[in-house]
Amino acid sequence: MTPHMLTRSLDRGAAIFLAIVAACGILIPLSNLLLPAGSFLQVPTYLVALWGKYVCYAILALSIDLIWGYCGILSLGHGAFFALGGYAMGMYLMRQIGTRGVYGNPILPDFMVFLNWQKLPWYWHGFDMFWFAALMVLFVPGLLAFCFGWLAFRSRVTGVYLSIITQAMTYALLLAFFRNDFGFGGNNGLTDFKDILGFNVQAEGTRAALFALSCLALIFSFLICRSVVSSKLGKVLIAIRDAESRSRFLGYRVESYKLFVFTLSACMAGVAGALYVPQVGIINPSEFAPGNSIEAVIWVAVGGRGTLVGAALGAIVVNYAKTFFTSGVLAPYWLFMLGALFILVTLLLPKGIVGTFNAWREASRERRPAAASAAAEDGVTEPKMAE
Amino acid sequence: MNVMDTRVTSAMLYLDGVHVSFDGFHAINNLSLTLEPGEMRAIIGPNGAGKTTMMDIITGKTRPDEGTVLFDGVTDLTRLDETRIAELGIGRKFQKPTVFESQTVQDNLLLALNVDHSVRGTLFWRGSKAESERIDKVLETIRLTDARNRLAGSLSHGQKQWLEIGMLLAQDPKLLLVDEPVAGMTDVETHLTAELLKEINKTHTVMVVEHDMTFVRELGVKVTCLHEGAVLAEGTIDQVSSNERVIEVYLGR
Repeated sequence: MTPHMLTRSLDRGAAIFLAIVAACGILIPLSNLLLPAGSFLQVPTYLVALWGKYVCYAILALSIDLIWGYCGILSLGHGAFFALGGYAMGMYLMRQIGTRGVYGNPILPDFMVFLNWQKLPWYWHGFDMFWFAALMVLFVPGLLAFCFGWLAFRSRVTGVYLSIITQAMTYALLLAFFRNDFGFGGNNGLTDFKDILGFNVQAEGTRAALFALSCLALIFSFLICRSVVSSKLGKVLIAIRDAESRSRFLGYRVESYKLFVFTLSACMAGVAGALYVPQVGIINPSEFAPGNSIEAVIWVAVGGRGTLVGAALGAIVVNYAKTFFTSGVLAPYWLFMLGALFILVTLLLPKGIVGTFNAWREASRERRPAAASAAAEDGVTEPKMAE
Repeated sequence: MNVMDTRVTSAMLYLDGVHVSFDGFHAINNLSLTLEPGEMRAIIGPNGAGKTTMMDIITGKTRPDEGTVLFDGVTDLTRLDETRIAELGIGRKFQKPTVFESQTVQDNLLLALNVDHSVRGTLFWRGSKAESERIDKVLETIRLTDARNRLAGSLSHGQKQWLEIGMLLAQDPKLLLVDEPVAGMTDVETHLTAELLKEINKTHTVMVVEHDMTFVRELGVKVTCLHEGAVLAEGTIDQVSSNERVIEVYLGR
């Protein structure tokens, strides 16, 4: 990112959004740690962890909006990249347990001892080092997205066909990770984490720090997305979204653009997953469930695709609603409500919350000068065509 | 002694013995056609004569079953894809105006400029004075200077057609393929479009497909009439329009 890209990417909406995220990232951990427990303004620890989860979802939503909202690639398997990032982090956390596990094996995680494995599989090597795990958080989802995208985009698989194969991808990973001999803890996944970089994952201070880091990651992801979409590359992405073959005839290599943005998006989803795992304390194959990926697409649709801020907002609003409804008597009906929400948003707010708000503001801004000039010209204006 | 280079032909565009069939239907049937550098050619012919398919072949959208398609005397277009052909300098205007509706007129032209089209180039792009001057010039040529900040989707049909021609100008290709530029235009707009194309032809080789005979007459260039995927007649508008076969299959009596 160069300075001119950064300044170009910051409009008023973006600045307000960043200010709010930064304020939350600073004030919530501070209030949690410094104010006495039970005080009115103190944010309890369970809420810090819950909101931290929402922030990770917001990053995932941003990554989906980048490809769907701006390039028209509807991935219904983005949860896979999120989960892979989560597993990379989970592997690091597993290796940190060391002799504190149930079986006390200094090298092998508990589930491997339980399966009578004698030595660590090759792909677990290196995960005892944080820097390596952090690299893998970006690399593994990025590599999968690159290979998948290279094949799909070169073969010009688009639209609903692409969505279906992304679903198949995440479903295949779900089945693979369920297997014990795959080496990632099978059904139970990875859990019982003890510490991260030497800090106890359960401690209040660590949770507060993880929350602050998640907010920081959200800010960074947002800035990256904004600089991409406000560059000329962003215009090309929109051109591809709206008229793919026209872009080809202008000399744009459409598959390279899609591959770039798809891989970038997968890396962001991986980071979101990596921050999610230490905060929820577990990662298991259910994170690959196709339903999760579809839910993430719904967050973006509700917030407003192609707006970035809307994607993040949608993730937080829908998940807040989910927490609220699934903890009461309405719990069994949550999936119906989610479905209804999706249908209602598609019918009534096709641009989502933020998209509708932007359109309304633009319309009122246009109406004002138009009305002023109409008055000046004594009403001699062209009749405006209804759209 | 041999000629200076390995050019097979001096033509800008050279089609020889081209065949294309879709599920047994011969869309293009032994089509041969040459366009000299700097020429403007009008292509006429009834529906299904293969006019658009011919453009698809030249721009890499459709691969011919057999035949030679040479650009600029040296490049075999049948082996290349759309992007590569566009990079070589062949621009195309579609039958139905295809502009990027959700972007401004100005951005549409910016996207069309023949500058670095790589991912890296566009990601780190910063506008230059030369680029904005070129855009200004094109805007003036296509009479859309006042609409530069409007969304392309809000333009009238005729304006969209012009914007698309403007995008071709910004692309500055060696060869322009223009598919039905005046469809749906008023008489005044049609006249202005003919003027515009004549202006463009001063510096570019142009191929125009059009049904509007008044418009073709106004262009005053060599005319090729296609029928069932092959050339039926070629010559001045008067020669072609007095040809018995052309009258029979296309113009009507």
